[in-house]
Amino acid sequence: MTMTGQSIRDMLGRRMIELRPSVEVRAGSALPENDVVEDPVIRISDLNLWYGKKQALGGVSLSIPRKKVTALIGPSGCGKSTLLRCMNRMNDLIPNVRVQGSVEIEGANIYASTIDPVEVRRVVGMVFQKPNPFPKSIYENVAFGARINGYKGDMDELVEQALRQAALWDEVKDDLKKSGLALSGGQQQRLCIARAIAVNPDVVLMDEPCSALDPIATQRIEDLMRELAERYTIVIVTHNLQQAARVSDRTAFMLAADDLVGRLVEYGATDQLFTNPKDERTEAYITGRFG
Amino acid sequence: MPREQFQKGLQDLQDGVLEMGSMVDRQIERALQSLVGRDIPLAEAIVRDDDEVNRTRFHLDNVCLSLLTQQAPMASDLRLIISVLSMVSELERMGDHAEGIGRIVILMQDEPLVKPLVDIPKMATEARRMLKDALDAFVQRDVNSAYAVGQADTVVDDLYDTVYHDLLEIMVRDPSTVESCTHLLWVAHNLERIADRATNIAERVVFTVTGMMPQMDVSRY
Ligand SMILES: Nc1ncnc2c1ncn2[C@@H]1O[C@H](COP(=O)(O)OP(=O)(O)O)[C@@H](O)[C@H]1O
Ligand SMILES: [Mg+2]
Repeated sequence: MTMTGQSIRDMLGRRMIELRPSVEVRAGSALPENDVVEDPVIRISDLNLWYGKKQALGGVSLSIPRKKVTALIGPSGCGKSTLLRCMNRMNDLIPNVRVQGSVEIEGANIYASTIDPVEVRRVVGMVFQKPNPFPKSIYENVAFGARINGYKGDMDELVEQALRQAALWDEVKDDLKKSGLALSGGQQQRLCIARAIAVNPDVVLMDEPCSALDPIATQRIEDLMRELAERYTIVIVTHNLQQAARVSDRTAFMLAADDLVGRLVEYGATDQLFTNPKDERTEAYITGRFG
Repeated sequence: MPREQFQKGLQDLQDGVLEMGSMVDRQIERALQSLVGRDIPLAEAIVRDDDEVNRTRFHLDNVCLSLLTQQAPMASDLRLIISVLSMVSELERMGDHAEGIGRIVILMQDEPLVKPLVDIPKMATEARRMLKDALDAFVQRDVNSAYAVGQADTVVDDLYDTVYHDLLEIMVRDPSTVESCTHLLWVAHNLERIADRATNIAERVVFTVTGMMPQMDVSRY
């Protein structure tokens, strides 16, 4: 039998090239996208980022489609969180960060000097790995951002709507004065999602939002992501490949090569990336044969 | 090698497909023997042994199912398992066609042949070669050989044409031969279907390797 990983890989590589003469595979660079993202919300072009002297992102270009879930996957340390934080200038809060290239949201470069990063973060909200409600009531957690933004409408209505959208309302509606910290981990994460959407963002970024949650709470957040994608653009970082496959419409695979600079290897429709990746590094990673 | 257990599971699965393939090939070979030798005990054995083919199919289905649930395969691993699921179903149906020939031989009892067997054995030889080539292409992950299997199907189709017209002529000349001609026509039809299913297996090889689903089915029947 000749079914060793190596020989199949070799054969596969040869056939792929024979069958797809139009796709030129260049080592170390991202393959051309197989499908173009029409009318993207976020367009990242040739993005480089340094933490002090250490470069963490190199030449990243990708477009995030509107009202879809986009997943960023890749080994730990490849720059997923760094890239995600570039999408709402959260990296500005880290000292000695230098960014080159552009991140456009609705056509405007958010790194332009005229742009207010606080406004960017209203339009592009974020949910973190560890649920981080404020030590305040459930109601105040949700109302907080809107109050800061000078929201003039019916606050009760706004809080209810955000909690409903975050699939938390039924569980908390009778006790909105309870501390956000008294909720379970999964509920806290949904509260953070409610808080993020209460300011009416266009995009919600989620950095491993389920990694501190049990499977049932994870399932609820995953369902919620699909629902939220009807109104918002979602970008999620996850180390769970099955989760990326379940929730996302598009997937970006990143990798840091020997120089430790994180680069985009492959980006495409999730079903196609997980069934028939074009780059052998993607294949190796998602089949668990990495390294 | 990471995921050694999984790797071994895939290797065993592939071995299982090959084993089942040779089991089915043997059934086709014996079906022809029983026809040529008018060997009714052999034909009965073929019918009995089809159960073994069916059992093997369900066993391999289950192996696929547990690899899918326990290993959450992706990319080429996923394509391999999905392909095996349909390959074993094709093989099982090929086994049914061999069994079908056995049943016709039993039905024919000692009814004299309306014509010497020339093209039917050729069809069997060609169909078995296609099966073997499809399985070789699978093991080698060889897309070009897989496509060649699809091409070979026209040879079987041509032979089927010849058999069909010969038998039709005999029936027209002497209507008392209609029943025995029909028996041979059924045999030829079973062989033609076996060749089509070998082509389906070859299509799955292309999917395993490239992720693309070709339509090789140029069969006229
Ligand atoms: N605040 C920071 N200061 C310095 N280096 C950092 C900082 N955050 C991340 N890095 C480095 O940048 C690289 C990418 O990190 P990160 O974006 O967190 O990767 P991922 O989310 O894919 O695990 C890593 O080498 C990491 O050590
Ligand atoms: Mg991270």
